[in-house]
Amino acid sequence: MGSLDFELKEIERKIEEINKFMKSTGIDLSGEIDTLKKRKDAIQATILSESGPWNRVLIARHKNRPNYKDYVEGMLEDFMELHGDRNYKDDGAIVGGIGYFNGIPVTFISHAKGKDTQENILRNFGMPHPEGYRKALRLMKQAEKFKRPVICLIDTPGAYCGIGAEERGQGEAIARNLLEMSDLKTPIISVVIGEGGSGGALALGVADRVLMLENSIYSVISPEGCASILLKDSSRADEAAKYLKLTAKDLLELKVIDDIINEPAGGAHNDIKMTVDNVKEMISKHLKEIMAKDINELVRDRYNKIRCIGVYSE
Amino acid sequence: MAWKDIFIKRKYATVIIPKESSVKVKDNLIEIENLPDIKDISEVLEKEYDKDIFSKCPSCGEMLINLDLYENLNVCTKCNYHFRLDSKQRIEITFDEGSAEYFDENMRTLNPLNYPNYKEKISNLQKELEINEGVITGKAKINDKDICFGAMDWKFIMGSMGSVVGEKLARMFEKAIELKLPVVVFSVSGGARMQEGMLSLSQMAKVSAAVKNHSNHGLLYISVLTDPTTGGVTASFASLGDIIIAEPKATIGFAGKRVIEQTIRQKLPEDFQSAEFLLEHGFVDMIVNRKEMKDTLYKILTLHSGGDFNGES
Repeated sequence: MGSLDFELKEIERKIEEINKFMKSTGIDLSGEIDTLKKRKDAIQATILSESGPWNRVLIARHKNRPNYKDYVEGMLEDFMELHGDRNYKDDGAIVGGIGYFNGIPVTFISHAKGKDTQENILRNFGMPHPEGYRKALRLMKQAEKFKRPVICLIDTPGAYCGIGAEERGQGEAIARNLLEMSDLKTPIISVVIGEGGSGGALALGVADRVLMLENSIYSVISPEGCASILLKDSSRADEAAKYLKLTAKDLLELKVIDDIINEPAGGAHNDIKMTVDNVKEMISKHLKEIMAKDINELVRDRYNKIRCIGVYSE
Repeated sequence: MAWKDIFIKRKYATVIIPKESSVKVKDNLIEIENLPDIKDISEVLEKEYDKDIFSKCPSCGEMLINLDLYENLNVCTKCNYHFRLDSKQRIEITFDEGSAEYFDENMRTLNPLNYPNYKEKISNLQKELEINEGVITGKAKINDKDICFGAMDWKFIMGSMGSVVGEKLARMFEKAIELKLPVVVFSVSGGARMQEGMLSLSQMAKVSAAVKNHSNHGLLYISVLTDPTTGGVTASFASLGDIIIAEPKATIGFAGKRVIEQTIRQKLPEDFQSAEFLLEHGFVDMIVNRKEMKDTLYKILTLHSGGDFNGES
């Protein structure tokens, strides 16, 4: 793997050199660049498959990974953000609102990670307080009333751990979402776009269809947390990531999710537009299927789907 | 408690004879001479005591005689500290004698993630505790009132919820719908079980969906939170009772104290995430002493078994 990393850097350096050369001399060498880019994609794919889950963890957490804003801009028209939980405050770690998706009015709810430090502080690094989940639930109940489908994007390291979060009932807030979402009388699609961190992610993840981007992760505990418990060493997170079965492929096999959305070579951050388009296309496909169902049938199917997850013998 | 009181009360005890004392047998009676005058037995038993006979209260440090403790429903006779009960003890003290019937006793845990040492851990615990998993579910009576129940067990990987715990609880709620019965769940859990990964997390949604289903049928669910109830269990069915009861001083919360302290880099107050803290912040209806638990449950059940306001009772 080390040598592949080296080759990747070499190729990137060569591409840059050729670009400079083309600019200064005016000679067209784009054919050369295409060949090099293809080689680069192939190497990235190899690195990913060889290094396994941990590399996906890193890609899922990449600072340039498309976030809620990219999806709002790329998937929705006339989006209007709606604020607050009507109880305590507006939580910036969850963004919600209404807009058109392929001409259909939808309710959109997403964990919100920032792309720089300033925005991350505002958004609490995508880690919601109870009021964030209560805002999400308020908007879902509103969607139910106006018969709008709900699109949830999951992208959080986890629900926030702090004094205020406990005082205001973090557990209750998440629990309430699980209960209400299981029975919400309108279609729901959830897409894990980056990190799906435990209960804080699941609180937006009880849906008719749960999709995952190819390099996103969804886990009961962070690999660091697992490593500190299992291996008594949080720095061995790469090892722990292998045990947790947190990749899209693993979770499709375990029937926790319903479909996988492809990412550009090397990860979503390499081509944000392509990623957003892929997500939009897959949501369209699944939305069409679930919107065709009678609402009682839809809710019954959702219940049965949730009820069937689990592995045991008797 | 002094030596003499223990002998009088229990007729036997393990005694560590101090060096300066001497033991004589006279007329079939044991006489200990020069026994130092000890006001507090815990001074002597501080370091070494026979665990078959004594238990030390983790809260006040009192040395308690196990038989007394047992008769007091495992509650400290001095400071009211509620010792943890395992699932069998909970069933024994809560439900009418011999009334419990059990559901899904043969459901078995698998190792779907091939998580290291998980299989061994499960089978060792099954042998040691003589229970299959972290929850016992079934049907029982409280003062002749039928209910369905779940009793979690902290001794089984801290009552963590994997596929079996989730499935057993969901089925129990569904059985209660079929039988038109209320549900009482005694929670004690560290949360979702890491060793089954996302399958464990998904059980939170599964049991919450079953709670909603049961609720949609107009049936009562009483959630009893005992020490400790945390993580994914707090963030699912434990917080979803129509009525939520906590045992005194139980630790109840979402995130672990250590995790919060690491996040905010400051020490947390003593009563943080206690049952009393939750009552103050509006997340439990009442705190009930173990001795009054059965009667309280019975009263609540009775209040919910009358006719509705449109009909005759």
